[in-house]
This record gives sequence, C-alpha cells and structure tokens, in this order.
Amino acid sequence: MASTHTEADLLSIAGRELRSRLLLGTGGFPSLELLAAAIAASGTELVTVALRRVDPGARGSLIDTIDAAGVELLPNTAGCFTARDAVLTAKLAREAFQTDWVKLEVIGDEDTLLPDAPELLKAAEQLVDDGFVVLPYTTDDPVLARRLADIGCAAVMPLGAPIGSGMGIRNPYNIALIREAVSVPVVLDAGIGTASDATLAMELGCDAVMVASAVSRAQDPVAMAAAMRAAVQAGLLARGAGRIARKTYATPSTPMAGIAELS
Amino acid sequence: MIVLNGEPREHGAGVAVVELLRGLGLPEQGRGVAVAIDGEVVPRASWGTHAIPDGARVEVLTAMQGG
Repeated sequence: MASTHTEADLLSIAGRELRSRLLLGTGGFPSLELLAAAIAASGTELVTVALRRVDPGARGSLIDTIDAAGVELLPNTAGCFTARDAVLTAKLAREAFQTDWVKLEVIGDEDTLLPDAPELLKAAEQLVDDGFVVLPYTTDDPVLARRLADIGCAAVMPLGAPIGSGMGIRNPYNIALIREAVSVPVVLDAGIGTASDATLAMELGCDAVMVASAVSRAQDPVAMAAAMRAAVQAGLLARGAGRIARKTYATPSTPMAGIAELS
Repeated sequence: MIVLNGEPREHGAGVAVVELLRGLGLPEQGRGVAVAIDGEVVPRASWGTHAIPDGARVEVLTAMQGG
C-alpha cells in the first residue's frame, strides 16, 4: 500500500500523480451538461470513454466536454470479447486520443459482463509489450490480479460485483487479498451502488475507486458524485486511522472505577 | 464500393482517408478520431496518402460515453 502512496498522499499510477482517488466513467449520463457537472462535483482527474462509430447526428462533443472540465481521458475497450479486438481497439484509441493509457476490458459473458481471464491476460501481455499503460478490469481473483501485475500492468481493477449491478463488494476478503498480492495500485471497479460501497473499498485497502452507473444513473447524479468524492476520502482516512478489532462482547467505553454505590 | 461503419457506400474507393473524413464533416486533424481499414489501424500520419481499396471495410471511430 505505502508503495503506491506518495508522501503528499497522492495516488501514483505509472508515474502520473493524481490527487483524486475517484475515477469516473462517462457512460449513462443523460446529457453532456450533467456529465460536466458530475465531473466537477466528483473532483475526479481521470474519466473513461469508449470508442464507437462516429454518429453524424451526435449533439455536442464528449472530447470538448472533457477538455473543458480539465480532466484526463482514459479510453476503455468496452464491448470487446477477444484479445484481438481489445488490442486493436486500444491501438485505435491511442491514435484517436494520443494516449498510451488504456482501461482494458475483455468480456467473456454477455449477461454478467464478467472478464474473460485467458483473453484478458493475452491482451494485457501484448499491450504491455507494445508500450501501453494497461489498467485491466479483472475479476476479484487475487491470483489473476497477481498475474496481471507480474506481466507489467500499471494497476489492477478488480470488480466488486458485475458492471452496473449496484451490488457493492460481494467478496471483500478477496479485495483485501488482492491488495496484499500486488504492489501496483488497486482500483475497485464495477459494482459500486452507493457511497458506503466506495468507502468500504478504500477501507479494504484499495488505492482508488471507479464509478460509472452508480453516479450517472442515480436520481441526482451530481449529488451522488459529491457523495462518492466524500466517501472515498472517508474510507482512505479510516484505513489510515486503523479501525478497532471486531469483538463479540462489549468493551465499556466508560471506566467502572469511581462509580457511585446507589443501592 | 466500400463499407463505411457497416453501411455500403458507392463512393470512397481510391480516395485518401483524409478525403473520406472531410466528406463526413470531421476535422482533418481529427483529435478523437481513429480509422481502421479491414481490421488494421491506419495511423494518423498516413491519412493523407493512404488510399482506400475497393471493397474495403472502413471503420471511423470516435469517443463515446462509456464506463
């Protein structure tokens, strides 16, 4: 953990220092205006975008919105089901956005959108070899996370629960194990439903949290963006503070010594 | 004939990529735009010279909202 935190408590990924520990997906916002307001409220410095066919009828430019917000863009490979497609998409994103960074997604199942582990490893290896800064969306498997880190990924992004499910962190023990298993930053990705989920991720030792649907599809996305910002800060502080041990029975917080005899 | 973003088009074969983008109303320097022909990336540096072959499958992509 300490190795991924700088002295000023910045998050460092592949040499880039980030003050915010929240990554925001741009998917699902009903308008670019709402996206811009949510970016501002979240305090994020890194937002994900997808690569899709140009839509001549599209109103407004997502890139312009992101530029105006003064944040960095992180292309993803959402929708790719094979290593080959994901690698090609990453290369196209590099051409489009002049960034070597990629949030690597290789999906193995249409209903759960869970990652395809063998294809993910294959794609990650090829992209690392090609000079990309690879941030793979992965399952909550500590062994797979370690393999991804070992081949040179700049961070690992384990899921808390399926994308867009809002189910929170289904296996907190594995998330904590992943934190122990790798020295690169751990970014909890997918499954966050509300602010307390993001806090838990940070308490478990994650270095950052990525949210998309939890904010964009909330009834008030801007308010939820602000909530996520506070939640991540709270979790980081609590993690640093060191929580008390869990016990079955009570421990009085008030001493018994000096108590009056009243009967 | 070419297939542009999945739609057959009569014109487009033989012209440079940059001409096609201009025809689509996209900025020629096109930050945020990427082009693939028959499953291969066409680097930005060769947009001006890369002629689109007849029957090519051309994908013109840009940033969209996504998680």
